[in-house]
Amino acid sequence: MKCGIVVFPGSNCDHDCFHILKHVLSQETHWLWHKEEANLESFDLVVLPGGFSYGDYLRAGAIASFSPIMNSIVRFAKAGGKVFGICNGFQVLLESGLLPGTLIQNQSRKFICKNVSVRVENTDTPFTRNCRENQVLEIPIAHHQGSYYIDPFSLNQLEENGQILFRYCDATGKVSAESNPNGSVGSVAGVSNEQKNVMGMMPHPERCADPKLMGTDGQIIFQSLISNS
Amino acid sequence: MVKSFFNPLFQIPDTVDKPKKNRPGPEITPEIVKEHGLTVDEFRRILDLIGRTPNMTELGIFSVMWSEHCSYKSSRPYLRKLPVEGPRVLQGPGENAGVIDIGDGLAVVFKIESHNHPSFIEPRQGAATGVGGIMRDVFTMGARPIALMNSLRFGELEEPRTRFLLNGVVDGISSYGNCTGVPTVGGEIYFDACYNGNILVNAFCLGLVKTDRIFLAGAGGVGNQILYVGSKTGRDGIHGASLLASSEFDDTTEDKRPTVQVGDPFTEKLLIEACLELFECDWVVGVQDMGAAGLTSSSFEMAHRAETGVFMDLSKVPLREEGMIPYEILLSESQERMLFVIKPGHEKEALTILDKWGLDAAIIGEVIEEPSVRIQFEGQEVVNLPIFPVVDGALDLKRPTRRPEYLDEVVHISLTEFPDFSRGDTALKKLLACPNIASKEWVYEQYDHMVRLNTLVLPGSDAAVLRIKDTNKAVAISVDCNSRYCYLDPYEGAAIAVAEACRNVVCSGAEPIGLTNCLNFGNPEKPEIMWQFQQAVEGMGDACRFFDIPVVSGNVSLYNETKGDAIYPTPTVAVVGLIEDQKKVMTQGFKKSGDQIALIGFTMEELGGTEYLKVIFDRSEGKPPVLDRKHEKQVQDFCRELIQKGLISSAHDCSEGGLAVAVAESCFSPGCETLGASLTLESTLRNDTLLFGETQSRIVVSFPEERINEIEDLAMAFPVDFSLIGKVGGSHLTITVNGKEVVKQEIEVLKKIWKTSLGNYAGQTT
Repeated sequence: MKCGIVVFPGSNCDHDCFHILKHVLSQETHWLWHKEEANLESFDLVVLPGGFSYGDYLRAGAIASFSPIMNSIVRFAKAGGKVFGICNGFQVLLESGLLPGTLIQNQSRKFICKNVSVRVENTDTPFTRNCRENQVLEIPIAHHQGSYYIDPFSLNQLEENGQILFRYCDATGKVSAESNPNGSVGSVAGVSNEQKNVMGMMPHPERCADPKLMGTDGQIIFQSLISNS
Repeated sequence: MVKSFFNPLFQIPDTVDKPKKNRPGPEITPEIVKEHGLTVDEFRRILDLIGRTPNMTELGIFSVMWSEHCSYKSSRPYLRKLPVEGPRVLQGPGENAGVIDIGDGLAVVFKIESHNHPSFIEPRQGAATGVGGIMRDVFTMGARPIALMNSLRFGELEEPRTRFLLNGVVDGISSYGNCTGVPTVGGEIYFDACYNGNILVNAFCLGLVKTDRIFLAGAGGVGNQILYVGSKTGRDGIHGASLLASSEFDDTTEDKRPTVQVGDPFTEKLLIEACLELFECDWVVGVQDMGAAGLTSSSFEMAHRAETGVFMDLSKVPLREEGMIPYEILLSESQERMLFVIKPGHEKEALTILDKWGLDAAIIGEVIEEPSVRIQFEGQEVVNLPIFPVVDGALDLKRPTRRPEYLDEVVHISLTEFPDFSRGDTALKKLLACPNIASKEWVYEQYDHMVRLNTLVLPGSDAAVLRIKDTNKAVAISVDCNSRYCYLDPYEGAAIAVAEACRNVVCSGAEPIGLTNCLNFGNPEKPEIMWQFQQAVEGMGDACRFFDIPVVSGNVSLYNETKGDAIYPTPTVAVVGLIEDQKKVMTQGFKKSGDQIALIGFTMEELGGTEYLKVIFDRSEGKPPVLDRKHEKQVQDFCRELIQKGLISSAHDCSEGGLAVAVAESCFSPGCETLGASLTLESTLRNDTLLFGETQSRIVVSFPEERINEIEDLAMAFPVDFSLIGKVGGSHLTITVNGKEVVKQEIEVLKKIWKTSLGNYAGQTT
């Protein structure tokens, strides 16, 4: 699988995504610099990593969505290319209109970094096809603006279309207010577009994909993409 | 007269340094000298050294460079006594940070530094810029920062300002560290009334560098170019070092807010990446952060180290606002700025790299042969000062010392004053809820502690542990200081800080290899404070020599007092340890029901200076625990041996709250399943000292039952005190002493008290 990892000024999980794809999963991996448009035709996957692109100034992801590279990524996505936004990358995808909804400040109004459980809601996507139905994955979150919001009507549509890929839950898979770390509507942790080729999630699967660290639940998402390519 | 916009303390005459030829500068009056924090004697010395009266700008330069904060004039004679050498030391004190060889062609670069006064005045920005400053100290050495830690001290919970300061400082560290993508992996926090008027924020950073790519802060090579990199210079932070950091707080403290700098972590992140890219180029000669005293200290110190001089044209410095005069440009402490020295002919390449990262940069001068700093502004020379008088001219002060009288009152206590208990349940619950012992989860969940994928042990264990990618190695870090011990006996307290930090990294499986310190004390002009300082540095030095740990970097923060009330002496240390095999990293949590629990070391009848006395009887008195260094070393060596041989499943240092608290913490450690435990103790000691005494050199370990014989044989051969004390398992923590139950509590109940106490306090809105 040929992967590209976008580097915006202020991206800081770029090296982590690179490490997992290139060194742990042995995939061909390239950097994509924000200032330049790029020909992405030969790529199988573009990752928008976490971090604080442009310092999160104005609004998380807002300025990055106007980077030259985003023109190429929008074209790539429209042509069916797989685009994966993690944390700040998710925020950029929302700001650029590739995904529906928005992310607002956590209910606690504080940055939260900890392991959480998420339940896989749809296994029929390139990002989740290696998961079991309702599988519970333990993946860390690390964000300040991670509370997903969308109006009730659109939320309903997302559910009907199977666009909700992950929901926050407890260790047994139960979704409740207590297991929702940031106040996301419907406990949504990750969504895709209607075509299921663009996905964004707040938890960081790259943080639990190296067997030399603690967990490896995040690998299943990357493995789904690899076995699909 | 024009009032300097951001600094109400300073009335800078309109005429100063304006490039109007033949116009005399302002007269340097005794009042102006005094406002600059210089004594009459110091001013006379300046006149002697340079043979003329300095102009206003030059006086400003002396003011910051001779300040306590920059010159270490009170502390330097004592610091010389610390051991700084060792086979692994590649760079000791004197550079931006210390460097220790970890093999495989790699080295760790680390330092701890204070940002106390700014954080008290403006907690969010003060703490944030403290983090930014220490990171720059590390990456100027060519290292990529891979870990941040911090040591924080706040006033008592009842003090109304404490909650505001706690929230502000944690928010500042979180917002800055998280944005730069460097994980904050651990630290320590204590609360005590002695910090009501003067909190402590000590920030630690560790970076990783290839041993052949270490950069030093020298301006070598006549003709080399001086390159300014980073944020534009503004009027913020002027006299932060001289007036804010080098005097105690009083009623004018609030007016000093303009001396606090404002940080921009986004620029810092770009600066890290751009600098690391520049360091790949062989035409980079030297580099220094513009920290305290800004452009002034960086230019003088770089020239001083290389025995050269520097010429600069301030008209070329990127400025944030119009109308800034040389005095302000030179003394500004605007953040996220660096000074590079590069070989001529490579200016364009440098500027291209910096432009790629969107950073301001300009060539502002060059290295000259004459050992002076000569500064020009709008075509006119505004500063011409020889290097030596400015950097090294401040005389070491032989400040008088006197043993404080309070010691006679506080150290003598009789245990008979404190009735012993037959049930320890209530005391245990109170200790687990007290903020010095309670879980710091509310704090570290606000820090990104996982980014960069190196964190092997999550916050909440004895030491933070980070792997070194592409090797089998890992580093363990612990910051530590029990300032109550230091208040009761600064010599022993400082020695215990070293011993305990070493013990913490040993409990994670590491061998201690280096230390950095941050010495926080009151006003050095008081003989009692200087005595505390002298005693603490001696205690630290003796302990470091005994444990063979070099001190490679550090920072001194004096004048930590408000209206005459000094903080407890707080000589914080950070110890870095090396683990050769990542697979042999140990954590403090019990792992399995049925495992045996044992204590390495033994308990003595000691209660002085304990958290127990403070929490239950509100007394900070008595002699601190005795430290037998030889015994301590044996305990540490034995524990490391057990970990090396893969014989144990957990190891946890006994510290505040003693044995009972240590065992409780092992029952519900972050990242481990919650497990109960039952202890069966036989002892002639009082129950309170047995459960909650803080005797040093003790480690609680657990291991599978079948290893008992092997471990006991090893202990006998070592020899070291070792006793089986109980078993992991059940839903309760039960402690029996001589056959009588003294504690029985549901472990989930204890866990909840411990886990939620600090967050409940911090989150209250009233």
